[in-house]
Amino acid sequence: MFDVQSIRQQFPVLSQTVYGKPLVYFDNAATTQKPLCVIERERDYYLNENCNIHRGVHYLSQKATEAYENARITVAEFINAPLAHEIVFTRGTTESLNLLATSFEHLFIEEGDKVLVTAMEHHSNLVPWQQMIQRHHGELLVVPMDDEGVLDLNAYQELLKKQPKVVSIAHISNTLGTINPVKEMITMAHQYGIPVVVDGAQSMAHLPIDVQDMDCDFYVFSGHKMYAPMGIGGLYGKTEWLEKMPPYQFGGEMVDTVSFEKTTFNKLPFKFEAGTPNVGAALGLETAVKFIESIDRKAVAEHEDLLLKTAIDGLSQIEGMRFIGQAPHRSGLVSFVINGIHPYDLGTIIDKMGVAVRTGHHCAEPVMTRFGIPGTVRASFAMYNTVEEVEIFVKAVERAANMLR
Amino acid sequence: MTIKEIQDSIVEDFSMFDDWMDRYAMLIEMGKECPIIDDKYRDEKHLINGCQSRVWLSAELVDGKVNFAADSDAVITKGIIYLLIKVFSGQTPSDILAADMSFLDEIGLKEHLSPTRSNGLLSMVKQMMLYAEAFKIQSES
Repeated sequence: MFDVQSIRQQFPVLSQTVYGKPLVYFDNAATTQKPLCVIERERDYYLNENCNIHRGVHYLSQKATEAYENARITVAEFINAPLAHEIVFTRGTTESLNLLATSFEHLFIEEGDKVLVTAMEHHSNLVPWQQMIQRHHGELLVVPMDDEGVLDLNAYQELLKKQPKVVSIAHISNTLGTINPVKEMITMAHQYGIPVVVDGAQSMAHLPIDVQDMDCDFYVFSGHKMYAPMGIGGLYGKTEWLEKMPPYQFGGEMVDTVSFEKTTFNKLPFKFEAGTPNVGAALGLETAVKFIESIDRKAVAEHEDLLLKTAIDGLSQIEGMRFIGQAPHRSGLVSFVINGIHPYDLGTIIDKMGVAVRTGHHCAEPVMTRFGIPGTVRASFAMYNTVEEVEIFVKAVERAANMLR
Repeated sequence: MTIKEIQDSIVEDFSMFDDWMDRYAMLIEMGKECPIIDDKYRDEKHLINGCQSRVWLSAELVDGKVNFAADSDAVITKGIIYLLIKVFSGQTPSDILAADMSFLDEIGLKEHLSPTRSNGLLSMVKQMMLYAEAFKIQSES
């Protein structure tokens, strides 16, 4: 049975008041709160297990190494990666994407090459590609979307014919909530022999992920958006790709042998993990994965859908309401503007009522340009949010709108 | 009126309200009253960085006194900058540069003074001081 109250008890941060009002935390797409088990796991690591890994022969080092590698296995199983070494731990989605852009640049990018992204990408899945491709006088191809926030797959098909070297797409848009048909898009790209990167930052906490079924070549994600600590995330890559890709950063345990003339690199996945990793956070991530798996995921999805529906129903009663992103398949968040009211003003007022939302361009400025707005107000949900909180939020928005009109 | 006298009267106005909502309502009203800036100043050159909303600020020196005008697409931000304009407009560059800004604490806007706040109150104050500094150097040379 899905019991939101018992879940909330595992998130102490939620029980606080801000400005004397109960906190309503609807900024989960930016970062989720952490359950006690995750906090305790990381704490326990520093209390009892802290050690540098992989090179120590002593007891603690071996124990920490084993724990870290077990975390890798847990994450691999969570997204159904066939092999644990196909998971590279990184600081998060942004670092994973920078790793890919840099490594691809050295591997196969040539003068005038193209990279394909979509019109709804977060800056992290746009700027690394843009900067890399510009160094080679290449071009960033962009799949357009319609007014509802749905990608134009016919245009995508046409853009694939221009033979981009890589396709990199968001699984779920952080601004619009659109769930993109990644499996279909991957099949289409593969018909042209183009590898596909999927940005899973917004999906890991909400959707079951199966990288084999999807057949993506790479999948990237952040721990902190899925109840895990900050500073940890990952990159899944197919072995055939990871094997031939050159390293991204150098030094530490990523090497095999070093002389002044030559260095050979360690095997997968260590080739991509230069320097001392964030072991404690990796263990926290493992615990977060187990936490997500311990709760009926279907029930969580239904609960989050109910929150979204309640929010949309309530907000649509407010005069001047304009939803940004109305795709039929969406998840976890609602983005909107109210005619004549700046999102910043609205966010400032409802903050004073205890409601935490995000206002602004959500690190996706081209999306704002596409819709001709300075920004949106975005409410994003997690499993611990309640229908009552949505009601408080809707009332707060209504009250603020009346003040600001 | 001197800067200090204007600040005192603003503090008095705000002190009538205990509730934050009333204080914000007052800022919003001020935002709506703020004189519209001339369109020619609504450009990149007059944009203040560091704000989530856009803020344009212009200044001119008339008879040794600085006249500010501003606009913003967010009404609370506009209220805040209008408050600053009331304090600084019509004052000499030297008086502006010597001004004590602690009145912002007294009207409950202190939280907006942190450099991390996205409304950029701090950037607005800095920009006004920069104008004053420039006018001061200009008139001394």
